[in-house]
Amino acid sequence: MRHNVIILLVFMMGCVLGGMNLVPSDMYQTNVSMYILYALMLQVGLSIGSNKDFKNMISGINLKLLLIPLATICGTLLFSALAGLLLSQWSVFECMAVGSGFAYYSLSSVLITQLKATTIGAQLATELSIIALLSNIFREIIALIGAPLIYKYFGKLAPISAAGVNSMDVALPVICKHSGKEMIPIAIFHGILIDMTVPFFVSFFCRL
Amino acid sequence: MPIVIGFMFTGIVVGYLLRDISFLKNTEKTITCTVLLLLFIIGISIGSNKSVINNLPHFGWQAGILAVLSTCGSIFASWMVLKLFFQKGGKS
Repeated sequence: MRHNVIILLVFMMGCVLGGMNLVPSDMYQTNVSMYILYALMLQVGLSIGSNKDFKNMISGINLKLLLIPLATICGTLLFSALAGLLLSQWSVFECMAVGSGFAYYSLSSVLITQLKATTIGAQLATELSIIALLSNIFREIIALIGAPLIYKYFGKLAPISAAGVNSMDVALPVICKHSGKEMIPIAIFHGILIDMTVPFFVSFFCRL
Repeated sequence: MPIVIGFMFTGIVVGYLLRDISFLKNTEKTITCTVLLLLFIIGISIGSNKSVINNLPHFGWQAGILAVLSTCGSIFASWMVLKLFFQKGGKS
């Protein structure tokens, strides 16, 4: 949780600085953030590839275990599309792009800012990225705080799906506590796989 | 934007090939730093955008709907997977 607080603080610091007009606008309107995003994606890939569980994960892929991340993806996207019908301001695909963050709020909001700016303009892209940031933070909080209830009513796999990408790190302790120790490898496998799908789905739905 | 995914796959391949090199153990930290930098810059562009700041409660409400629905969707789907595939035979 401390990690999240720091991220939110830095983000809010940026907001305050921006609100005071202290920073020259060409600092963030140029492509600097795009290049930082590329650097970020390279690092995300490096951490996935060099993960000591990666080889075991690839060799130990069990079709049945793939059903869990598949359920997370299908359920999330389907219900995000439903939200798209409720929220008249945004299209179904835009809501699915937000849902495709799977609680990876930093990456999804950054991707949406960059990818949507060319199609719907910087203003709307920024608004959608704020929604992506908030909604994926909310999802992380729901998964962390709600884990006992989710486990009680929907079984041992549901806390993993609810956590999305966080099932391999932030939410792992609560998953272990409620779903049981034997769920740890499944949760890590789920997290790594969802982690890899985030850039794919977000950019896919941003282009539709 | 396929470039973004291309960068990630390059990273996966390079990361796998060089997985024994110790500095790759620090990617978690460098990712955090990069994310902080990006969110800081995005924060600046959001903060300087008056119409976004004025409509913040409006966005929070929409984000809430999206968060609740997307989490519920994944919970229902994995509950169905549990019922259909993991409990029936009792093998798992």
